[in-house]
Amino acid sequence: MSRLPVLAALLLPLLAHGQLQVNQEPLVFDDPEQQARFTRLTEELRCLVCQNQNLADSDAPLAHDLRDEIFEMMQAGRSDEEIKQFLIERYGDFVLYRPPLKGNTMVLWVAPVLMLLVGAGVVGFSISRRRRLPDAAAGDAQTGDER
Amino acid sequence: MMSRFLPLILFLLLGALLAVGLTISDTKTHIPSPLIGRPVPDFDLPVLDDPARRLGPQDFSGAPYLINFWASWCVTCVVEHPVITDLARSGRLRVVGLNFRDEPDDALGWLARHGDPYAVSVSDYDGRVSINFGVYAAPESFLVDPQGEIVYKHIGALTPEVLEETILPMVSAMQASGS
Repeated sequence: MSRLPVLAALLLPLLAHGQLQVNQEPLVFDDPEQQARFTRLTEELRCLVCQNQNLADSDAPLAHDLRDEIFEMMQAGRSDEEIKQFLIERYGDFVLYRPPLKGNTMVLWVAPVLMLLVGAGVVGFSISRRRRLPDAAAGDAQTGDER
Repeated sequence: MMSRFLPLILFLLLGALLAVGLTISDTKTHIPSPLIGRPVPDFDLPVLDDPARRLGPQDFSGAPYLINFWASWCVTCVVEHPVITDLARSGRLRVVGLNFRDEPDDALGWLARHGDPYAVSVSDYDGRVSINFGVYAAPESFLVDPQGEIVYKHIGALTPEVLEETILPMVSAMQASGS
């Protein structure tokens, strides 16, 4: 019995959410191909409200609106590039999960390659050093045995 | 010799990386608006308390103004409200309200409760115009110059500091160059 108020309190956020007038009507696609294209597109676009979610997953009201907007643009025959451009013009490159190769995103693209090269260098260096000092390694092993 | 200092060097590099991450973390979530330097997105919206009347950007050009996106469901807008009210009362900058994703009745009730600082509020019921402005949070404010170009965007509640240090100096500069 005493749990009832707690349960009711847990449901309160749902009420608050209802005020945001989210359009919950499912989108009706012409064919599965269009639906696949829509899913692909919304999965690589970022929801600006919950920034670690994509537009396909997010339940934020803005994500609903943007999905509707994208759907309408698809119905109007606009290409994926045009739709992305529409969003970039309004929200910036940040909406793209795959950032374009530009001056300020250079580090994103170059850093992994650089790190790989540095890692390979370190491994190569330590291997060649071990080869050069076989006695020291053997000596270490011996001291280990003596104990 | 080198290997003795290697952990220290790695530690310092890691420290530097984390320090950079910490200092940019504040600005990281604030997306720079691609609209800055561009004309205000066109709109044609009904006036909140007189829906028969419709207004667009051309009705506001000629003098600088601030477009403030607000809604009755927006908690931070209540926090920001006294700052907007003071600004509007001072007469130093026109504040145009853009009420978005809101029921007009709720919006009017909100203004009745807290006071109406806006020169006028227009109603973007379905949020289409706010998408064209790239608004993703509330409140958001756009400073528009007399030629109708967006010169500054602030996301979140306006503070007296932002007004005094950033927005109002920009307005003064516009007025100085205009006259």
